[in-house]
Amino acid sequence: MTTNHTTAPGPAFLPIPPAAARIGTVAGAAVALAGTFLAWTWTDEFPGDLTVTGYPGGLQVLTLIGAALTLLLTLSGYGVRGLGWLTPGGTNSPVRLLALGTLGTTGYTLGAIAYDLGGIVNLEPGAWVSGIGALIAAVTALGLPGDQPLDGTATTAWQRFRNSLGAPQAPRAKALPSWAEILIIVAAFGIGLYVFAYGIDTDYTELFIGFLITVGFAFTALHRAGLVSRLTALTTKHRNITLAAALVAAVCFPFTQQKEEYALIGANILIFGTVALGLNVVVGLAGLLDLGYVAFLGVGAYAAALVSGSTMSAIGVEFPFWAAVLTGAGASLVFGVLIGAPTLRLRGDYLAIVTLGFGEIFRLTVNNLNGNSGPDLTNGSQGIPSIPDLNFFGFDFGLKHNILGFDLGRSANYYLLMLVFTAVVVLVFRRSGESRIGRAWVAIREDETAATAMGINAFRLKLLAFALGATLAGLAGTVQAHVNYTVTPEQYQFAGSVPPNSAFLLAAVILGGMGTLSGPLVGAALLYLIPAKLQFMQDYQLFLFGIALILLMRLRPEGLVADRRKQLEFHENDQPDVPEPRQSEETAAGIAKAGA
Amino acid sequence: MTTMTTTTKTATTVLDANGVTMRFGGLTAVRNVDLTVNAGEIVGLIGPNGAGKTTFFNCLTGLYVPTEGKVSYKGTVLPPKPHLVTQAGIARTFQNIRLFANMTVLENVLVGRHTRTKEGLWSALLRLPGFTRAEQASRERAMELLEFIGLADKADHLARNLPYGDQRKLEIARALASDPGLLLLDEPTAGMNPQETRVTEELIFAIRDQGIAVLVIEHDMRFIFNLCDRVACLVQGEKLVEGSPDIVQSDERVVAAYLGTPFEGAPGAEEAAEVEAAEADAAKDAAQTATTSTEEEDTR
Repeated sequence: MTTNHTTAPGPAFLPIPPAAARIGTVAGAAVALAGTFLAWTWTDEFPGDLTVTGYPGGLQVLTLIGAALTLLLTLSGYGVRGLGWLTPGGTNSPVRLLALGTLGTTGYTLGAIAYDLGGIVNLEPGAWVSGIGALIAAVTALGLPGDQPLDGTATTAWQRFRNSLGAPQAPRAKALPSWAEILIIVAAFGIGLYVFAYGIDTDYTELFIGFLITVGFAFTALHRAGLVSRLTALTTKHRNITLAAALVAAVCFPFTQQKEEYALIGANILIFGTVALGLNVVVGLAGLLDLGYVAFLGVGAYAAALVSGSTMSAIGVEFPFWAAVLTGAGASLVFGVLIGAPTLRLRGDYLAIVTLGFGEIFRLTVNNLNGNSGPDLTNGSQGIPSIPDLNFFGFDFGLKHNILGFDLGRSANYYLLMLVFTAVVVLVFRRSGESRIGRAWVAIREDETAATAMGINAFRLKLLAFALGATLAGLAGTVQAHVNYTVTPEQYQFAGSVPPNSAFLLAAVILGGMGTLSGPLVGAALLYLIPAKLQFMQDYQLFLFGIALILLMRLRPEGLVADRRKQLEFHENDQPDVPEPRQSEETAAGIAKAGA
Repeated sequence: MTTMTTTTKTATTVLDANGVTMRFGGLTAVRNVDLTVNAGEIVGLIGPNGAGKTTFFNCLTGLYVPTEGKVSYKGTVLPPKPHLVTQAGIARTFQNIRLFANMTVLENVLVGRHTRTKEGLWSALLRLPGFTRAEQASRERAMELLEFIGLADKADHLARNLPYGDQRKLEIARALASDPGLLLLDEPTAGMNPQETRVTEELIFAIRDQGIAVLVIEHDMRFIFNLCDRVACLVQGEKLVEGSPDIVQSDERVVAAYLGTPFEGAPGAEEAAEVEAAEADAAKDAAQTATTSTEEEDTR
């Protein structure tokens, strides 16, 4: 028995004897787990076929995973040998979260079955077994002692409930041999890839919602258990290996997707994420609020489309792809400088409004260059359709290729091409951030007057950030034109229903975490995946998006992935102010201190 | 330290401000001020609140473009752009601390190195051979400076989390990082206790000993008269008097500017004496202390 559950620093939310609570949680989780092997309904009209006994499928798998994790962590709380590493931080709060997550998934599934098939009579005994098991586990888990002492001010039930889900920080981990640490990073990325691929692979809405519930609770639980912070510590220690592992995981993604449709989602997420990362240079590092950023993506895409050899292109030339990329990036760079030079003399809100204006000017101009209201260059609102597929040395991107026994379709090809660009942008972001230039950007963001008094030519550096951001967006645009076959002005508006637009880009940066490397990529993945998967809420997308942003700003203003700086900025009072002791010069001062 | 360096014209002039005038619309904040600072000198700039000291500083450092007059550094006229002034060799601190609050202490000093390093974006992106070497050199120099002001052990703290006195010191270190020939300090001891003030005094002497001329604005008279080789007093935008601390200290106009002059028809000495006598009769002890204090003020 370890000491971490015998001494209870906080009271339980529900008055149940701790021993009974723990037994109840184990039993409940086990019952819920067993129930997933039984049939939950009698007909396969409900998607995922939950009628088979002895073989969990669809949503049952999610309950199975949730229950299994609950069981594991509860056993870890018992001090079972070999499981202690699972809960270095909180012990009981992750169990509570997981039990609630399992209950949420199971409850949602039961509700969905009853709703879809018209009544709870459609539930088979297996469903009840799992449901009641999950309920028992959740209720008894609330009777487990808290991980942190009760705050004196927490008096209402809700406050006590929230407190019972909190956990103290995990103590620093013992140093493992490097190979073991690297293995852990690789395994984490493997699991991450699997979870992500599973999420994209979900065939029907119910499964995706269940997936979101499970992942949301499980991730929070692992965070409370201290595993996430342990992993972050490892990734900051081995940053290059982390980047390499992330790249390998990203390369593996198309091999997990057999459906063209899902590989396309992957390619689009990558485009969105790359552009968001480019915006992060402008907003996150230099602190220039650019509300018209999508225009630079548009410039790149239009430039690439015009020289792609499309029959509808007004120019009608066909550049090789490398030249098209240079054209797209170059055009964006020129526009970035042209728009930046006059606007960057403004600060703050004024800059935001003017960039918003320029973004809209781009769209309207492109709309009007149709030969009718202006010279014929962009074909007006029709856009430039039928952009041909790329062909590298006989490798046609439009065709299916068999690589190592896996079929890679058109979208997968473009996904891999885009990945090269993403890697370039990641490299640019990281290297520019950790340099004299990056420090000057952050200094300008912090206090422009003081920065100029320190000898920084603020205007020039802001223009550099603006132009660099524009160029990165232009790079992504050249690929986007080919992925989408067509470019139209409507793709590049301020706020629209399809993600890469200025509002969503900014949201991805803020949601993910400003100034971090991985934040915008995570934010972009969520912002693209959720609307793409939940087709039924298409009409309410912007509304829900707004609510999500408000909630995020209320609950986690530093974004999902916070760098140390932001975390201290927003949570001044509940963070210890002393940094970890210096280890080496290398780790001492990065501007973008993100995990990867 | 109060030797008459003012009169020795042999020393090279570091800063030469000539007829600097700054008008904001109808308001003349600084009127025709001349000031020179010689190498190895600590010059003080005093004056009541609103006298235009900080405005004058801003004119020197290019934050304001002076309406008239010019400022030259080691013989070359300075362009009115803050970053060019810093590049030329004048560094400054601010009256209200303006650190980069969310950067670490070390990063703050590294930003100060900006003008003395040349590595641009390409160098950073391609990690050209010079890049790592220059970064390393900057880091070493920054740590050296932190060692010098005594903040080396807090290099990884965020600037915002430093105690007030350390923030003031860090601002000085950040300014020193640009290898200046002249350091402008705007009220470096504001809000400090006497002990911290003494430490700052030592620090400024140490900076002077490195061959950096210092121009300092301050309200703490004991601090100024201890520290400076020469003091100039600015009143209502005009330079009233300049000279060694002794001269400025004993100048009536300076005293008047700080404490106010008696207006026309103010009670004369006789009447004052009468009042005092009456008061002394009324309450001896209390009156005693009152008269001594007024006498003290008069002699100053």
